[in-house]
Amino acid sequence: MRQLHLSTASEAPKLDAQMVAMATPYAECGMDLNFTPDEQRFRADVRAFIDANLPTAIRDKVLNGKRLSKDDFLTWHKILYRQGWVAANWPVEFGGTGWTAVQQHIFSEEAADAGAPGLMPFGLVMVAPVIMAFGNRAQQEYFLPRILSGEDWWCQGYSEPGSGSDLASLKTRAERVGDKYIVNGQKTWTTLGQYADWIFCLVRTSVDARKQEGISFLLIDMKTPGIQVRPIIMLDGEHEVNEVWFDNVEVPVQNLVGEENKGWTYAKFLLGHERTGIAEVGRSKRRLKRLKDIAARQCGTDGRPLIEDLRFRDRIAQVEIELMALEITNLRVIAAEMEKKAPGPEASLLKIRGSEIQQTLSELLMLALGSDALPYQEAALDAGYDGPLAGPDYAAPLAGQYFNTRKTTIYGGSNEIQKNIISKMILGF
Amino acid sequence: MDFTFTEEQHQFQDSLQRFVRKDYDFERRRAIIASDAGWSREVWQQLAEMGVMALALPEAYDGFGGGGFDTLLVMEALGRGMVVEPYLATVVLGAGVLIDAGSAAQRQAVLPAVAAGERLLALAHDEPGQRYASSTIATTAQAVDGGYRIDGQKSVVLHGAEADQLIVSARTAGDVRDAQGISLFLVDATAPGVERFGYPTQDGLRAASIRFNNVRVGADALIGTEHEALAVIEKALDRGIAALCAEAVGNMTATIEATVGYLKTRKQFGVPIGTFQALQHRAVDMYLHAEQARSMAYLAAAKLEAPSGERRQAVSAAKVLVSQSAHFVGQQAVQLHGGIGVTDELAVSHYFKRLTMISMLFGDADFHLDRFGQHLAA
Ligand SMILES: Cc1cc2nc3c(=O)[nH]c(=O)nc-3n(C[C@H](O)[C@H](O)[C@H](O)COP(=O)(O)OP(=O)(O)OC[C@H]3O[C@@H](n4cnc5c(N)ncnc54)[C@H](O)[C@@H]3O)c2cc1C
Repeated sequence: MRQLHLSTASEAPKLDAQMVAMATPYAECGMDLNFTPDEQRFRADVRAFIDANLPTAIRDKVLNGKRLSKDDFLTWHKILYRQGWVAANWPVEFGGTGWTAVQQHIFSEEAADAGAPGLMPFGLVMVAPVIMAFGNRAQQEYFLPRILSGEDWWCQGYSEPGSGSDLASLKTRAERVGDKYIVNGQKTWTTLGQYADWIFCLVRTSVDARKQEGISFLLIDMKTPGIQVRPIIMLDGEHEVNEVWFDNVEVPVQNLVGEENKGWTYAKFLLGHERTGIAEVGRSKRRLKRLKDIAARQCGTDGRPLIEDLRFRDRIAQVEIELMALEITNLRVIAAEMEKKAPGPEASLLKIRGSEIQQTLSELLMLALGSDALPYQEAALDAGYDGPLAGPDYAAPLAGQYFNTRKTTIYGGSNEIQKNIISKMILGF
Repeated sequence: MDFTFTEEQHQFQDSLQRFVRKDYDFERRRAIIASDAGWSREVWQQLAEMGVMALALPEAYDGFGGGGFDTLLVMEALGRGMVVEPYLATVVLGAGVLIDAGSAAQRQAVLPAVAAGERLLALAHDEPGQRYASSTIATTAQAVDGGYRIDGQKSVVLHGAEADQLIVSARTAGDVRDAQGISLFLVDATAPGVERFGYPTQDGLRAASIRFNNVRVGADALIGTEHEALAVIEKALDRGIAALCAEAVGNMTATIEATVGYLKTRKQFGVPIGTFQALQHRAVDMYLHAEQARSMAYLAAAKLEAPSGERRQAVSAAKVLVSQSAHFVGQQAVQLHGGIGVTDELAVSHYFKRLTMISMLFGDADFHLDRFGQHLAA
């Protein structure tokens, strides 16, 4: 991809002589920060489709920070499925869109901007590429169509109480007995595992080898006897993650992906995929819009709109600038990815800055409220709540979102671990 | 210069800290905040018996005549255990206003009851759209029939639904944003026309929206001089801020202890994660923030009785630094705990939430940076 986008032609600022002089050498190199006409048409098509098909009730929940149900996620999934757009990252032969990385980016940006709920990544983005790359024909034929249609809800069973950053130390055992694995142990932090039909797990199949070499990748039906899901309540009071316990759970050997004891290789492959979308540029742009909107509605100390308070305005400007840089960095990584396919260690950069920007935005949204951030009105998080409100209608979810967003620097490989990756892989320490 | 507390003060703080550690552990607190009332009358009585409420009240009203540093010791100890009982609302803010501006009759009627743990107060001052500007008051008090009629809306009144009596700011003259023309009234929380909507706050405390619809009070409800209450309110809020700074220091101390303890015991890659220097330095930064915050909490406490300009500046300086420290320490404590840090199960997320709310109460860092900076142009 040579074309990148900053602003549409009509919004583009007039360049003064010095800027033109600076820009010239780049122009000669062929750099162009605009999307191609084809890409712009693609964006228009995507926008028109989402406008016409995203149910208003779901959009309102997303834009106003209300709770989303399992049904809400699935409804949107199925709308995209029917359009053939649900698997943006899949090749056409498996029923995907075959979109370029730029098109995928445009799609996710438009979807976020419109207030579409995020698509659950566990099936589409995480396990499916592993099944495509390392699974056998039978697995591909059985699982991929069900992921595509939304029939199966997947969750990710990697982390354990004793194995977070040091994932390779995981202890959940799978012992082969005849044509079955017997699984014993515990996974944790399993996001939305309470809804899941299937879980993909890293399990230990050998204790003799180096810790990375005794791990296998197993697909487990959540309805199998011996599995217990226990909720973990997050600091905002919501049920988002779970413990998943395995007590002599029998898993047919057909559910092993690839070779026994090669699971770590597959997991690393998957972690690369997990990081590409993690910059969350589209979502952050939507949050930035929301921030400006709320800052315009909130009163500043002097009685004028808060957005006119220079100190607060500077904070918004600062995060907007960071986000502009992230957007271009994200596009640079996407461009590189289009050449090399799998994302490299630069993805760590996106994870770090992307998560920090999400946190800054959520913090500013809370700070914009002043003392209206204090009330905890749990019931007001449900759409349709019409009871008494302690503050403005947009206030209720914001402090909780700030608390919750602390997770973004912890999950998906903590930011400290990402920095370790950059220092080793890029800087060569 | 003397940074030591007296033997008596030490003993007092020790016994309060022991109480918080033993009788107010995390599980006890969890049960209290989950209860309907959201606070414990039993704990409140125990605190009263220990002399906590009486400590900073004048001797003439069954108090011990303590000062800003005594309040600091109390708040620091309460902060360590995130005690949710309404000490700030009742003693620091409510009783504080009466000590500064109440008539002898008002003090006599209220303060001994506060000292005995039998009366809860709340300062009903914040209003929708006020954003920390203490002179923005739309609630009105009109002189009628030799008394006043109060109408208006108060928001985020700390412990407003539990209070027996409210100290209400209202406009007796002037426009919404005028510094002049504000008065304070002592109002029975159950008086006809007072409508209270109580709710829990993000940090497990309680607050309320309160509507005043044609609420009638006598002339004797007026606290201090008519139209001249802003100075009293500002002093009360400065006391409140100094107390919050001390609470934050206690909270941060406990937060850092928990985090350092976790770094020393949590193992990944075969070693305690505290062996990673990146994390050690982060913990050191938390410690530096907390120590600087402690210094500013002392400064704020020391300046509470100084001339108002000097007091304001010290208190704002303290609130800026403490708010920033509270953000850093709270955020990093969560981060260094990893996944377990964002769960409801561990105390660390609750410490973080309380620190977050402290940093915003009575003016966030930006507000106080502005207030502090005003002397530069003056
Ligand atoms: C909301 C949420 C959802 C999640 N969803 C899932 C899911 O669906 N499936 C799943 O499998 N997992 C999930 N996770 C787990 C997540 O991947 C782990 O929390 C993460 O890997 C960190 O592990 P940990 O929590 O054990 O923290 P630890 O690894 O114990 O880390 C604690 C602290 O030490 C730091 N640290 C650790 N090692 C080093 C080092 N070498 N150098 C410097 N610092 C270090 C960490 O950065 C962190 O600050 C989720 C987590 C959260 C919070």
